[in-house]
Amino acid sequence: MNRVAVTGLGLVCALGNNVGECWQRLAAGESGIRPLRDPGSPPYKFRTGAEAQNFRPLDHFSEKELDLLERFCQLFTVSAREAIAQSGLKFSGSLAEKTAVITGSSVGGQFSEEEGYKRLYRENLPRVAPLTIPRTMANAGASRVSLEFGIRGPAYTISTACSSSNHAIGQAFWMVRSGQVLCAIAGGSEAVFAEGLLRAWEAMRVVSPDVCRPFSAGRKGLTLGEGGGALVLENWEHAKARGAEILGEIIGFGMSSDAHHITQPCVEGPARAMQWALCDAGIAPEQVGYINAHGTGTEANDVIETQAIRTVFGRHADSLLVSSTKSMHGHTLGAAGAIEGIATLLALKHGIIPPTVHFTAPDPACNLDVVPNEPRQAYVEIGISNTFAFGGLNATVVFRRA
Amino acid sequence: MPETSEISEIDDLGARVIKVIAQTQRIPAESISPDSTFEELKIDSLDGINIVFALENEFGIEIPDEGVQSMRGVRDAIAGVRRLIEAKKETVPPGAV
Repeated sequence: MNRVAVTGLGLVCALGNNVGECWQRLAAGESGIRPLRDPGSPPYKFRTGAEAQNFRPLDHFSEKELDLLERFCQLFTVSAREAIAQSGLKFSGSLAEKTAVITGSSVGGQFSEEEGYKRLYRENLPRVAPLTIPRTMANAGASRVSLEFGIRGPAYTISTACSSSNHAIGQAFWMVRSGQVLCAIAGGSEAVFAEGLLRAWEAMRVVSPDVCRPFSAGRKGLTLGEGGGALVLENWEHAKARGAEILGEIIGFGMSSDAHHITQPCVEGPARAMQWALCDAGIAPEQVGYINAHGTGTEANDVIETQAIRTVFGRHADSLLVSSTKSMHGHTLGAAGAIEGIATLLALKHGIIPPTVHFTAPDPACNLDVVPNEPRQAYVEIGISNTFAFGGLNATVVFRRA
Repeated sequence: MPETSEISEIDDLGARVIKVIAQTQRIPAESISPDSTFEELKIDSLDGINIVFALENEFGIEIPDEGVQSMRGVRDAIAGVRRLIEAKKETVPPGAV
């Protein structure tokens, strides 16, 4: 078994166009939730979103390239470029074949798909844009990064709703740990601000009309967000041998299925994902200091997650710092695991726990230290990042300070 | 479609085909001549799909898959488009569209 270092990070979301910008705001407790640029007609029942408003595609791609790249693919590619540049890796020779690209995406190229439907069903045009298929495919991000960097090892995409990129990171971690590959680019992306998808979320009645206030009394639901995140995972000895800066370590991964209900969460499934992850990492629950919670801000999730954490950690739950950074970057669906995993790793690295913002008052059913509103300085050795998806699919990744 | 003489229609047609290729490839029209091959213009099969789609929209024609595969350059494209336009004129009585 090989140790797995993280040697590169890349991030684009409502908080900024790179890791530095995003971390500065995470560490300061600044929310990226804003009024929707397009409020819908008739207006959506929710008025806000965490859009990557400063992300300008033409800053990163030519017009010709953009013909082929959907927004979710752009977001992943830009985050992967940042992560790979930071790692300093060059994928030539055998390293190219010993490197994987594993991404997560829940909805894929939603804009092109909706554009095609508008032409067919609204405008009664018989034909859709010719590049609809390569634009919409959920693996577009993985394929683009593989092509751009000449990475020729295993490359694929996992679609497990809001757990997609945690599953991707977990799989990549296992592949590096087992020695199947030396390196992996892992993460995911999502671009959710497409009319049809927003109407579908509206119909689910889980989106907050104003902001996302996880674990808080008076919470009204999640806030949708868009973004992309990428981590370069690398065989520890390989990273050491080339003198790479090691930003953190991934030490465990666990997953489970609720087999309970398609959307209603239950305590047992998430608890088991966390237990498996700790078991996989070979650590005791008491060694964990921080949890980046799934913390969607829905009534059901936050109560169930609190109970699941208490189930796994027992009395130690009262010593844990638990925060939901979704209160700042929104719920980015298939990108959640990537963005929140990066937030977890940086919290350990910098000794600052990003808070749960928009918090108004404690909810007795969510009686954990959720780091309300203000960041907390804390030296934490080990942190975990939770994602629990619709469909009852749970995934937890365990990070250790380098 | 406005009435035009045969010669100016050919010139106009060629220029329109070149313009469509230029716009789709996002390259200047001046960089394309009737003798340019798709290979020279770095037009791959995926670009070709885009160009065919744009030509169909521009000229109101339907380009069959076999026709697409035999096109090697701009001259082929112009000739192919012209054939399809003429075939369309023959099958559609004047004033029917």
